[in-house]
Amino acid sequence: MANVKVRFTFKPDLIKDPLIWSLGREFEITTNIRRANVVEDQGWVVLELDGDKQEIDRGIAWIKERGVRVDAVEGDVIEG
Amino acid sequence: MANTTVHKCKECSREYPLSPMNVCDFCFGPVEVQYDYDAIQEAVTRESIQAGPHSMWRYAEFLPVDGSNPVDLNAGFTPLVKADRLGKLLGLNNLYLKNDSVNPTFSFKDRVVAVASTAARDFGFDTIACASTGNLAGSVAAHAAKAGMKGFVFIPADLEIGKVIGAAIYGPTMVAVKGNYDDVNRLCSEIADQYRWAFVNINVRPFYSEGSKTLGYEVAEQLGWRTPDHAVIPSASGSMFTKIWKGYNEFHRVGLIDKPKTKMHMAQPVGSSPIVTAYDEGTKEIRPIRPQTIAKSLAIGNPADGYYGLNVIEETGGTAHAVPDEVIIESMQILAETEGIFTETAGGVTIGVLRALAQEGTIKPDELTVAYITGNGLKTQEVVESVVNPITIEPDFSAFEEALKGL
Repeated sequence: MANVKVRFTFKPDLIKDPLIWSLGREFEITTNIRRANVVEDQGWVVLELDGDKQEIDRGIAWIKERGVRVDAVEGDVIEG
Repeated sequence: MANTTVHKCKECSREYPLSPMNVCDFCFGPVEVQYDYDAIQEAVTRESIQAGPHSMWRYAEFLPVDGSNPVDLNAGFTPLVKADRLGKLLGLNNLYLKNDSVNPTFSFKDRVVAVASTAARDFGFDTIACASTGNLAGSVAAHAAKAGMKGFVFIPADLEIGKVIGAAIYGPTMVAVKGNYDDVNRLCSEIADQYRWAFVNINVRPFYSEGSKTLGYEVAEQLGWRTPDHAVIPSASGSMFTKIWKGYNEFHRVGLIDKPKTKMHMAQPVGSSPIVTAYDEGTKEIRPIRPQTIAKSLAIGNPADGYYGLNVIEETGGTAHAVPDEVIIESMQILAETEGIFTETAGGVTIGVLRALAQEGTIKPDELTVAYITGNGLKTQEVVESVVNPITIEPDFSAFEEALKGL
């Protein structure tokens, strides 16, 4: 079992779509939101994804295909 | 860790015992090391600092590790130089440059990695790791070697060899990840979670980031125990920017200097300027981007401290500016030709923004200004290859004289 902490960023056209709910239905992933905010031109959600590692990877690929940006919760870690 | 107390979440203020952790267990916000400032005040005076080593460790009382036996390459206490010729060109009479390009691995990263390495060793890790396209890799590899610890450096598989010779020479294990920037990011977060390794800017990030405060302390001490009217600072994640301000304020907190009134100016390249964009739009919400700039050391598309950097700008009455690649290159040349300092592209960003601030009158001619030069030009030579333009002559004295006439 794996636990991944991520930040989803949504453009305005995706904010009204229940993508996190869909993620939980499509895949064997438990989602647990810790912080979130919606402003005029974007929304973001900080959450953890719990489940089998490969299932989480598939789920992340699925939500990225739908236009959601997925980052590690600590931001970019690859530094110059 | 003599003067530290707890980790505290920057978002929800929950507190945790000090350990290798970087996010709050409750809200996943970033945690920051807290200090017993009364104890620091008891322990330091201007004289005690001046009697300390000629390195960043003269400020050991302010750092979140035991400074009696650090992993030490003698980083820090770099020159603060009066930039008369550059100042004259820009109409600035009181301009200084903080030259961190001369650190042991030629960038300011030696400061933060020194603290992270010391913390990692003291927590019992046997491996220090990072994901990097340049400066951080070199510093981590060098500090791992110095500490006798294993070093792991993750790089994108398509990274130019020249960028990583400066890391490979110290003998770390280099892992080239096939995939894009995002893939390397995510993989390293996962590895940091699974392996008992100290990823310097992940699980020991709260310790790592504190090393940047020494850039604030040093400038204050070198200016004669005062802070500048303006500071111009290049930013990727925003961490160094916020920590320099923290350094100025900590010196004030323990009674070493007057309250800082520095205007903090952030400098980013246009191709990776999510914090500047938010500033320009008057929002604190950072929109992550895909970096595209020659200033690779500043290429962070999702800056962890962007929001906090914007807070510092607001608090100090500072600004945030971005400059395009051509201005970066031009500014690198201007700095070299006026002050004899060869900086990398990040330094070109700093000088480019300094030029803009001077031109628009944000910095007045007599105001005390410090521009932070964070890395060495040898790291990004390829962007200024066009400067090599020799006069070619036959091996003949008259040919030389003829050529000289034409100059």
